[in-house]
Amino acid sequence: MKARIYYFLTAALLGGGIAHADATGQAKGDAKPVPAPAAQAQLPNPARPVSFTPPPADSIPNDDFGKMVKKGEQIFVHTQENARQYVGNSLNCVNCHLDAGRKAGAGPLWGAWPAYPAYRSKNKHVNTFAERLQGCFQFSMNGKAPPVGDEVLVALETYAYWLSTGAPVRQAVEGRGYPKLAKPAAAPDYARGQKLYAQHCALCHGADGEGQASGGKAVFPPLWGAKSFNWGAGMHDVGNAAAFIRANMPLGLGGTLSEQEAWDVAMFMDSHERPQDPRFTGSVAETRKKYHDEPTSMPPRKLSPDLVLNITRKSPRPTFASSRERRAVRPLV
Amino acid sequence: MEKCHGTHGAWRYAACLVFVGAPVIAVAQQAADGGAIAAKGTAGGATACVACHGVGGEGNPAAGFPRLAGLPQAYLVGQLGNFAAGKRQNPVMSPIAKQLSAAEQKAVAAYYGAMAGPPITRKQDDNPKRTDTGAWLAVRGRWENNLPACLQCHGPGGGGVGPAFPALAGQSSAYIAAQLHAFKDGTRPGGPLDLMKAVAAKLSDTDIDAVSNHFGSAVASAGGPAKEAK
Repeated sequence: MKARIYYFLTAALLGGGIAHADATGQAKGDAKPVPAPAAQAQLPNPARPVSFTPPPADSIPNDDFGKMVKKGEQIFVHTQENARQYVGNSLNCVNCHLDAGRKAGAGPLWGAWPAYPAYRSKNKHVNTFAERLQGCFQFSMNGKAPPVGDEVLVALETYAYWLSTGAPVRQAVEGRGYPKLAKPAAAPDYARGQKLYAQHCALCHGADGEGQASGGKAVFPPLWGAKSFNWGAGMHDVGNAAAFIRANMPLGLGGTLSEQEAWDVAMFMDSHERPQDPRFTGSVAETRKKYHDEPTSMPPRKLSPDLVLNITRKSPRPTFASSRERRAVRPLV
Repeated sequence: MEKCHGTHGAWRYAACLVFVGAPVIAVAQQAADGGAIAAKGTAGGATACVACHGVGGEGNPAAGFPRLAGLPQAYLVGQLGNFAAGKRQNPVMSPIAKQLSAAEQKAVAAYYGAMAGPPITRKQDDNPKRTDTGAWLAVRGRWENNLPACLQCHGPGGGGVGPAFPALAGQSSAYIAAQLHAFKDGTRPGGPLDLMKAVAAKLSDTDIDAVSNHFGSAVASAGGPAKEAK
């Protein structure tokens, strides 16, 4: 059984099942092009991105518009404090969108804003940028979507819009999203990832992915467990996580890990329990089939229902399996 | 050592007692002596910590001696080890660290680690002015140069995070500047993952002055080291 699953994953990864791993980023017309949950909105001319530099961080205008920009920036950096009512974990937007959403290759807001409205396979309709932001709150922040028109949403939209000053609309821009990685030479491996995690990641994120806080404020984000992003988040897609890690981790030492190492450690990270997908249907298998039917979203595929945290729908308290149980059912070790 | 529990003659048993006895004594010292080492030094010749680091471990900003109070035990043990091995080059601390046994290093580190950390003020954490290079580097970093902000690892207000990222708050400008230069020059190990080596390499002398003053100015403006109630 184990061998079969392993074979499946290997075949899937090597066989071009990862729609977004294509170097040009172009949509493929081949069989079952189901993009990963985090798949970006498609743009014309993806192979010819233009370069862009956002306005200097200290040039926010000193007027009523600028006040809203500033408010958005502060929500983005201190999400826990400034948008508490919509957040269900310990993360801040800036954890994955470095430099207050300005850094190329770290999901910059100036790469996202000009790409919306866009059709997203994640929810199969055209999403406005506001709806895209709502998704961040529901999945990455494991919280609640701020209603359209809510000041939190308005402020974030305004900040992203301001950062995009002068950016071409509906045109691929260099540095957008995370730099895509090629398919790994070897299938991502949990054991290799575990070792790499201990060497390169545990210093900040903790031996058990719990993150670290100081003065009551999360400093290093939890990577799994009750206080991290949920099963529906883009970062739960191993390809997406590997791309982020390769470009940006450890903080300030991006590019330290090889691409293979980034795949391995991303796979390790995403193989842990985390809050349930808010779209959970009551059945892990069904939810998986409906929303996570890609090889790079594999981890809970083989886990029993109680192993995926179920904070948002069912139980008020997260339940973890014992580490022994976890080992026993871990599919890909 | 394993043979101590075998069935051997009395003379062998006595020899075992000698071997086993030494660590037992060291352990006893460790349990009792952290505060005593700090206050009086050791029989092995190590100078009392308080002579330079202050009665409450508050440091001596004018002389550039760092604050020890509230720094994580693991961090202090690591630094004592670096001093003793000559990896962190310092003519004052190297001989002292060498005179401390491993157990004594651990004990004195635990003593300072258990003290209260520096008062943290976060009032400068938000909305720094770009013209204030020190504040900007502390809060925002310089990501176009892949340089993280100090607070991203050292925590809100520079209050320190976990065992590996010591507080910057409470340290003097002179001490912080000296350490950044030492990281840059390689006279101090770069810390876990060589993170500080990478950071310091991206700082100019002007940057170092600015960011050291950002964190150290609170200590200096307080008119000297804050007295710890002991």
